[in-house]
Amino acid sequence: MQSTAHDFKENVGTALADPNLQDSLAKLKVGFSERRRQAAERLPEFEALRDRARDIKNHALANLDFYLEEFERKVTALGGHVHWAPTAADARQIIGDLCKSAGARTVAKSKSMVAEEIALNEHLEGLGIAPIETDLGEYIIQLRHEPPSHIIAPAVHLTKDQVADTFLEHHAPLGFTKRLTERNDLVAEARYVLRQKFLEADVGLTGANFLVAETGSSMLVTNEGNADLSNTLPRMHIVLASIEKVIPTLEDAAVLLRVLARSATGQESSAYTTLNTGPRRDSDLDGPSQYHVVLLDNGRSSVLGTEMQDMLRCIRCGACMNHCPVYGAIGGHAYGWVYPGPIGAVLTPQLIGVDEAGDLPNASTFCGRCESVCPVRIPLPGLMRHWREREFERHLTPRAVRQGLALWSFLARRPKLYRRVTQVANRMLALFGRADGRYRKLPLAGGWTQFRDFPAPPAGGTFHAQWARHGGARVRP
Amino acid sequence: MSDTTNSARAQILNGIRRSLRRGELGGQQRQAVEQRLATPERGPIVARAQLPQAEKVALFCQWAEVNNATVARVEPRDVPAEVASYLARNNLPAEAAVAPSPLLGGYDWESQKLLVLRRGRAEGSDQVSITGAFAGIAETGTLVMASGPDHPVSLNLLPDTHIVVLRESDVVSGYEEVWAKLRDRYGKNNMPRTVNTITGPSRTGDIEQAMELGAHGPRRLHILVVRD
Ligand code: SF4
Repeated sequence: MQSTAHDFKENVGTALADPNLQDSLAKLKVGFSERRRQAAERLPEFEALRDRARDIKNHALANLDFYLEEFERKVTALGGHVHWAPTAADARQIIGDLCKSAGARTVAKSKSMVAEEIALNEHLEGLGIAPIETDLGEYIIQLRHEPPSHIIAPAVHLTKDQVADTFLEHHAPLGFTKRLTERNDLVAEARYVLRQKFLEADVGLTGANFLVAETGSSMLVTNEGNADLSNTLPRMHIVLASIEKVIPTLEDAAVLLRVLARSATGQESSAYTTLNTGPRRDSDLDGPSQYHVVLLDNGRSSVLGTEMQDMLRCIRCGACMNHCPVYGAIGGHAYGWVYPGPIGAVLTPQLIGVDEAGDLPNASTFCGRCESVCPVRIPLPGLMRHWREREFERHLTPRAVRQGLALWSFLARRPKLYRRVTQVANRMLALFGRADGRYRKLPLAGGWTQFRDFPAPPAGGTFHAQWARHGGARVRP
Repeated sequence: MSDTTNSARAQILNGIRRSLRRGELGGQQRQAVEQRLATPERGPIVARAQLPQAEKVALFCQWAEVNNATVARVEPRDVPAEVASYLARNNLPAEAAVAPSPLLGGYDWESQKLLVLRRGRAEGSDQVSITGAFAGIAETGTLVMASGPDHPVSLNLLPDTHIVVLRESDVVSGYEEVWAKLRDRYGKNNMPRTVNTITGPSRTGDIEQAMELGAHGPRRLHILVVRD
């Protein structure tokens, strides 16, 4: 997918001015986070499971080469194939070739963030193969030619009415000419339309939540059942997964599954968790006759062993964005690429470069809620801070910020001058309407006050002046 | 394996090793990891499902209902009658695709004269399916299905209504017991092509985050928990 992360500031402006988006985000804030809290409270072992989940992922990452080779050995032993893709282009090529070898005209796809990452749909379309998104949210945004705005609820930015309009436009040629108003009717219509596509598809393409080295299984967690239709009905099943998805054993999967569903949607368990291992056996009555796993690196191996390694523990539950005040204000599209929210702010500069996505790590209030809910305890604010430092070192910070900081450091080293300047500035601030405790406009801070007021400190002079008045120790010049 | 795959594979594996500042795992380090793989360690035990069998079954039923499944507890001889009655109660056709399993074959379906059954995998037009289950997980009210000649996967997914026959003795505490049962049945280095775990009917929250049942899989999941 083409990134617009470099336009982050403009994207934010558009998002804040979109009333439909703001409605949807208001629901998101209460819905997901409240349900997660209740689910965590219902399970006394939840915190211990999070610790264990973190340790499992750390162990898997420290031995990643070993577990990937084990995984491959098991897949191959059962008649499946593993393909290694160092880059996004390699993965596109492999999948395109597999589809062509199957004579595919349509590919039933179940939601995969990695497929978004490598822009698979555009590639398949270029080969004359139609990719069909089957997750309801993905299907809706595919019809609207929009990117996903959330990693587990891709159409969360849309209202029911927008969905109704989209369906009317695209389903009318199929004979559905009535504009629907009820959610269950919309779901039923999509089910009917997509069912035909499932039955026709030549290839089913899914992602994977986990790859289990012990058994060579790919593991998928969904609520709709679309992934299961995708991996059962077509004659070829392709799994596209990034290398950090591999975990050692089924016991480890049990721990991760317990924290994943609760963190993502507050469910005790998602409706469907599926383990696929190899192609159908000779005596099976259904299932695909070919099973392929494409392992994508795309820069991940170079994160190992660095201070950013922790980001590779991510199990893509979405909790960090559900609890993020910045995501809650601007939604997912503003982040400009595949992964939004706090994890996106950490992952995107790594995957597409800090030049392109350097603004994202600044989209944080450092409130720490993301870290406090992350099921694998990724220190997200710390990782964002790290990018900020890297960005500053490389002078990618905007000139105004750099000049401001240079001025501040000049003054900070000259205490007398510093106090004189701040006294003047403090008096001038009074002119901007401090009477009601907030500034609607501030010089040099238009970016802040355009969307919210700046709280005014209580009157009484600068900090230094008050400190002196209250008998604090003198600052020696 | 072609040369390009070989080199792509080497590129990724060597990249990982370079980043981790070591070569291929060897010696004691390798032994420790192989050991961990051969004898999997369990994580923290979820206490709520550590119960005597009868209470485990009750917990299974409770969670299954929380997750929007319906449950009927029956004697083996009443299975066909409950199936027929469920279909009638819900105004569903008395026709179903049935898994060709010995377990299901053991019931007296002839006693239900109106019920038309077809053994085999599901077709797109089937409204109702009937299958057994490999296990039930008490912790969350989850069914476990293992694919094979006696249980085509499509029966779990295509029809609108899925009726499942689960024996009380197949109810276990958590995933860990399911894995043990799978290793017992299929061997340590083998798995069926597909293991589906199913918790309630298919659902979606993709339109305005409101839950709707029957997204792509079954809209109704009815579980017959059978005494044995
Ligand atoms: S960073 Fe943590 S909270 Fe965010 S999606 Fe990944 S696992 Fe979930």
